[in-house]
Amino acid sequence: MHFNGEQQRQSIICFLVCSLKGFTMGELEVEKHAQYILSVEKRKDDFESVVMEHLRMNGAYWGLTTLDLLGKLETVDKDEIVSWVMSCQHESGGFGGNVGHDPHILYTLSAVQVLALLDKLDVLDIDKLANYIASLQNEDGSFSGDMWGEVDTRFSYIAICCLSLLHRIDKINVEKAVNYVVSCKNLDGGFGSIPGGESHAGQIFCCVGALAITGSLHHVDKDLLGWWLCERQVKSGGLNGRPEKLPDVCYSWWVLSSLIMIDRVHWINKEKVARFILDCQDKENGGISDRPDDAVDVFHTYFGVAVSDNDFSDSCTPLEGIHCMAMVDPKPPVLFYIVMELDFHFLNIRD
Amino acid sequence: MHGRPRKPQKPVDDASIAKAAKLRVLQAQFFQNHHDKIYAKEALEISAKLLETNPEAYTAWNYRKLAVEHNLRSETDPDAIKAVLDEELRVVESALRRNFKCYGAWHHRKWVLNKGYSSVDHEFRLLDQFQKADSRNFHAWSYRRFVAALKNMSEEEELKYTTDMIETNFSNYSAWHNRSVLLSHLLKQKIEGFTPREKVLTEEYELVHQALFTDPDDQSGWFYHFWLLDQTVTPGAPVLVSSWPAHGSDLFVSFKGNLDGGVSSSFTSFCSDKGAFPLIIYFNQSVGGINSSTVTVKHLFDKNEDLIWVPLATNNSGNAQAWVTFLRFPDVKDDSLKAYPVEVKVGHSQCAFTVSLRSIDSKHGEGGSDMEMIVWKDDSFHASEPLLLSPPVVSLDQATTNKEPEQIDSRWHEETLANEIALFQELLSEINCKIGKLTLARLLRAHDKMIYKMPFADEKTHSKEVLDLFSDLMKLDPSHSRYYKDEHSLVLMEQVVSNRESLLTYCWKYGEAHPSYLCNPICLRLSKLSLSRIGSFENLLWVQMLDLSHNELWSIEGLEAMQLLSCLNLSNNKLRSFTALEPLKLLKSLKVLNISYNEIGAHSIDTSRYLFSSPLSHTVGDDWNIDAYVTDGVKMNYWEAAVIFKGLYLTQLDVVGNAIVDEKFNLFLTHILPSLVWLDGDRVY
Repeated sequence: MHFNGEQQRQSIICFLVCSLKGFTMGELEVEKHAQYILSVEKRKDDFESVVMEHLRMNGAYWGLTTLDLLGKLETVDKDEIVSWVMSCQHESGGFGGNVGHDPHILYTLSAVQVLALLDKLDVLDIDKLANYIASLQNEDGSFSGDMWGEVDTRFSYIAICCLSLLHRIDKINVEKAVNYVVSCKNLDGGFGSIPGGESHAGQIFCCVGALAITGSLHHVDKDLLGWWLCERQVKSGGLNGRPEKLPDVCYSWWVLSSLIMIDRVHWINKEKVARFILDCQDKENGGISDRPDDAVDVFHTYFGVAVSDNDFSDSCTPLEGIHCMAMVDPKPPVLFYIVMELDFHFLNIRD
Repeated sequence: MHGRPRKPQKPVDDASIAKAAKLRVLQAQFFQNHHDKIYAKEALEISAKLLETNPEAYTAWNYRKLAVEHNLRSETDPDAIKAVLDEELRVVESALRRNFKCYGAWHHRKWVLNKGYSSVDHEFRLLDQFQKADSRNFHAWSYRRFVAALKNMSEEEELKYTTDMIETNFSNYSAWHNRSVLLSHLLKQKIEGFTPREKVLTEEYELVHQALFTDPDDQSGWFYHFWLLDQTVTPGAPVLVSSWPAHGSDLFVSFKGNLDGGVSSSFTSFCSDKGAFPLIIYFNQSVGGINSSTVTVKHLFDKNEDLIWVPLATNNSGNAQAWVTFLRFPDVKDDSLKAYPVEVKVGHSQCAFTVSLRSIDSKHGEGGSDMEMIVWKDDSFHASEPLLLSPPVVSLDQATTNKEPEQIDSRWHEETLANEIALFQELLSEINCKIGKLTLARLLRAHDKMIYKMPFADEKTHSKEVLDLFSDLMKLDPSHSRYYKDEHSLVLMEQVVSNRESLLTYCWKYGEAHPSYLCNPICLRLSKLSLSRIGSFENLLWVQMLDLSHNELWSIEGLEAMQLLSCLNLSNNKLRSFTALEPLKLLKSLKVLNISYNEIGAHSIDTSRYLFSSPLSHTVGDDWNIDAYVTDGVKMNYWEAAVIFKGLYLTQLDVVGNAIVDEKFNLFLTHILPSLVWLDGDRVY
């Protein structure tokens, strides 16, 4: 698999150019961001890129989704990608983040999504894979991430999303899965990673997403949660992930998409989110940072651009597919992969 | 990369490349060992080094677990076991010092602790360090709950810890959160020292006041205060708040035509051609399990156990605020106007009303033809004679008797609310604080709801003051103005429908002649009120004709409770899609619908789609055929509209002025609605 190299770089640039066409505010430093990303892409041997190797499955999914968006999916060697993806599959049925890495539900969903995108789900032994995911469900309805038993509502979302894509949702006990997610509901209307865990915008996205796919959004107190979520928007216009935290470009995603799912997105001011993102640009050297005047990085650049485009251009056509929601890991390094995926499939936007 | 200041760019330096190369070598060695299942000391050191450099290398944590299991397989010496596990804790600790948000590291630690050989006290000491360094780290809080459970720490002790954390820093939302979790559990279990509830909550109010008055702009305490308020005013058990027919009312049911003159109240008349009339019960919260064993209906013509109760909900959860059943009446030949009593009992609530039956001659009286079009124009409506009007506004207590012991603490409720209101009025006289205003508005609303619950309450409500507060907030905090706007609308609705006099000013009589399905020609006209949301359905169950046109509605959530609706005008609002109209699916009496001049089809993002029952949310089977409406060989992919309309028998529909409308769409409508007589003012043939 060599998808990480030249092809991905091409797709990033294409994507940027393409998305920015829809941007009407005219203040986004298009050329500079593109150059910035190019410069980052050249640094293949630096420390950061080695540290990220275990996430390559997510990267592949992100890059291919970008190409799909651009209508360029035909330019990739599908067989090569499929054989790389399949080389990450283990005997258990689960996929690792890269060749040789252990299987985990986080990467299993990405693998399924890559194959679904390429219309190659038929290479999978679907029942084996679905059984792997189902085997991770615990007695209380929760899901472990792998055989080592870490439990988190992120994994509930991933399992439900993945089985839904495979049309095998009946392999798990949906009622118990829903009840577990509901048991993580807090007194502020939000959700935590396990019962008693503090509400967090990323975790809320997972839980609301899991409930959306299973038709269980009636468990959400939409007004209470909607108010908590809309209060994530601070005076500067940016959004934070928890009360009294600093705003951050990447949280725009979790909050916005959760608000959309519960039909309360009008409670925040989108223009001010845009303003905040524009203020996070490094106008000299390109790139977008988490907050104004912080160091730029590639994740916040992708993210900022993606949100800007999707929220403020109206030149998009809807695309069916609540099933295509992505894997989720609220850690910043993974974020942009997810964001791409979600923006295009979950938010139903296509340029 | 968060919170790192922006500096001038530097090219990748040699040091970074060297570091990367070194990491690559480590990684390669590690994977070789993992693959070959080598768990010797040197191999373990390599994985430790890898994790200390890159804690996110999750496979290395897995490898170390395998190594521990392998190396302890034949070990029985507790000291040797402890030594192996201590080494794991050491690796985790140094990984956490590099990145204490690393999921894999925290989980590895839990895994080791679960073996039961390690000192839990040491964990508390470590946590104190971590929580001091970052008092909001949710991994650390989560780990704290884990070790507290492992040590069987009492919840009181942990509650004490949150008090300490809060007193160190009032702005610690994580501590307030943990406090709410612990406290609600302690209250629920009625643990010694945590009863009576009122005493505990009063102390909590005092604690949170300190936080709020120290820094009124910090959100942490306000969220906790909001939770306390909810704990104060929300009754535990669901309460029946209203019904149709209303408690104490005399219902006139006629069938096969219109009511003739001489009926005392148009509000309590109903006509039916099905030999039955609906009985609707409405609760203060969503409830499940309503059936003939939980609700007893005493009625001459039905056996209680034969009644089938249906939840009025758009989802299939089996829960709803409003439930409906149908009561039969016999074929009455005489004109005796005998009033038959009906009694309904639900838990501790009950209501009673009478039903008189009227058989009507075949003549249609002064009524118009069923084919006639309803015209939603000002000159179609007349102020009605007040004599005929006595809308069944229910007060909460009218429908409920035998109140639970909650009587005892109603005094405490009232005092607490009054106290909080006075306190925040004082605070706001000194500073202009948005969340303080919002809290005051919520307190005043809660207060109004409570006095409204008291029988014969004569106190004035605060709705004017609450409306002013929300108007203020819209200006003070424009980013969230549409939240305040929605709240403003709900309060305005409460104000309009909460008392008879006010409601009467919105009631109009439709036309001289009206179709027979409209046996009650009283139209509630709530148009041009700039409403963005609607509510107060408990007072509107009687409405058969409703005009909500020229508002700013984006949602009609809750409208499904209004089972008697036969004519509904939603034109000139801000409804964005058919999925936003889902409540209409449940309005089986609906004949006339106007949704013209909305924004259906004008937006690419359908924000109500995820709340809508469809195969996408697995609420409808996979066999659901969205391509079922093929007309003249043209596939009509209007599945949302199809779902809404396929169960309705509309005779009149107005859709013009929506982006979705074109010739093809209108053709689709005439196919899916064979009962349609009028479409956009034109006769359908």
